[in-house]
Amino acid sequence: MEDLEMSKWSLVTKGFIKDNPTFVLVLGMCPTLATTTSAMNGLEMGLATLFVLVLSNIAISLIAPVVPDKVHIPVYIVVIATFVTVLQLLMQAFVPSVYATLGLFIPLIVVNCIVLGRAEAYANSHNALDSALDGLGIGIGFTMSLTVIGIIREILGSGSVFGWKFIPGDGILAFVMAPGAFMVLGYLMVLFNKYLRHS
Amino acid sequence: MEFFIIIISAIFVNNILLSQFLGICPFLGVSNKLSTATGMSGAVCFVITLATIVTYLVNQYLLVPFGLEFLQTIAFILVIAALVQMVEIILKKISPSLYQALGIFLPLITTNCAVLGVAITVVTKEFTFGGTPHMLNLGESVVYALATSIGYGLAMILFAGLREHLSMNDVPKPFRGLPIALITVSIMAMAFLGFSGMV
Repeated sequence: MEDLEMSKWSLVTKGFIKDNPTFVLVLGMCPTLATTTSAMNGLEMGLATLFVLVLSNIAISLIAPVVPDKVHIPVYIVVIATFVTVLQLLMQAFVPSVYATLGLFIPLIVVNCIVLGRAEAYANSHNALDSALDGLGIGIGFTMSLTVIGIIREILGSGSVFGWKFIPGDGILAFVMAPGAFMVLGYLMVLFNKYLRHS
Repeated sequence: MEFFIIIISAIFVNNILLSQFLGICPFLGVSNKLSTATGMSGAVCFVITLATIVTYLVNQYLLVPFGLEFLQTIAFILVIAALVQMVEIILKKISPSLYQALGIFLPLITTNCAVLGVAITVVTKEFTFGGTPHMLNLGESVVYALATSIGYGLAMILFAGLREHLSMNDVPKPFRGLPIALITVSIMAMAFLGFSGMV
């Protein structure tokens, strides 16, 4: 029983560092770079992806046995697109300001390789509970990476964290814009490779 | 004049890769060699333009009249997936040499967020080309899609050239592979920021 609980727990935690979707698997780069202009945006994007990831993993693990092999990719994409549409409608109804900030990148969760990747690599061959935990772990890992990138870019770019300003002045504008996104991600990957990755 | 502004703005000022962050995964994935980068750019250019025309028509004549705009995400991804499949079959039949050149890249394009991104942008965003904000008509959409994909190809081919040289240098171990590539892209993006005052 102890062992079983441990393995369930490790299903979740493996997404944090060992299989971190951003720094190790290098999936879902577009939202990672585009939405991390501030810590809050990064966190919101991560949570939105987490929502779709967990639900689509559960649905796909349940339907996988009856889907013919030849059409499995289109079927998975439709399942994912359905959950993304659900998310879009929910966000428009309850948090319209967040929906407006993240904009295009909410519908683009459909083509986020993390979601389809987990469906292909995990959910289609495991039961619903394990798939949900896997989605949860990878989703939390993704959310953490996005939040960390967002925090760094917000500190450098506007001298604040989660909107709390502690450095007066404008900050380095380039870090809020495109070049800063690539640079922060690049240097974080270097640190990750050097200190956290066990090859 | 208006078309000229759309073209310059889409290729340089709002470059799809370096300032909008769409289609980063294939950008990082296949830019190791100049020849594959060129092939991928060609395929992307072809599919983006075609997909934009089809999704624009689907949106205008199917979704809007029936009030089904909330199905945009699902409808568009299905149209794109079907279109890519069709292009593959047709190319195989009528131009085997082009199929040889683009063949391996075509299936990858379905999950390239640049395609879905441009399709959604064209039907949802108001543009301010030539004074008053307005939705793009079909002609402008096609020009926008074509110019955007040329911008994609430009950034991709420039980067592949840089990366070929990079691979011959002695890069410190934690920087090898993606991190140094990301830092290089960051400097390229900084160069492209110089165009921002143009339009």
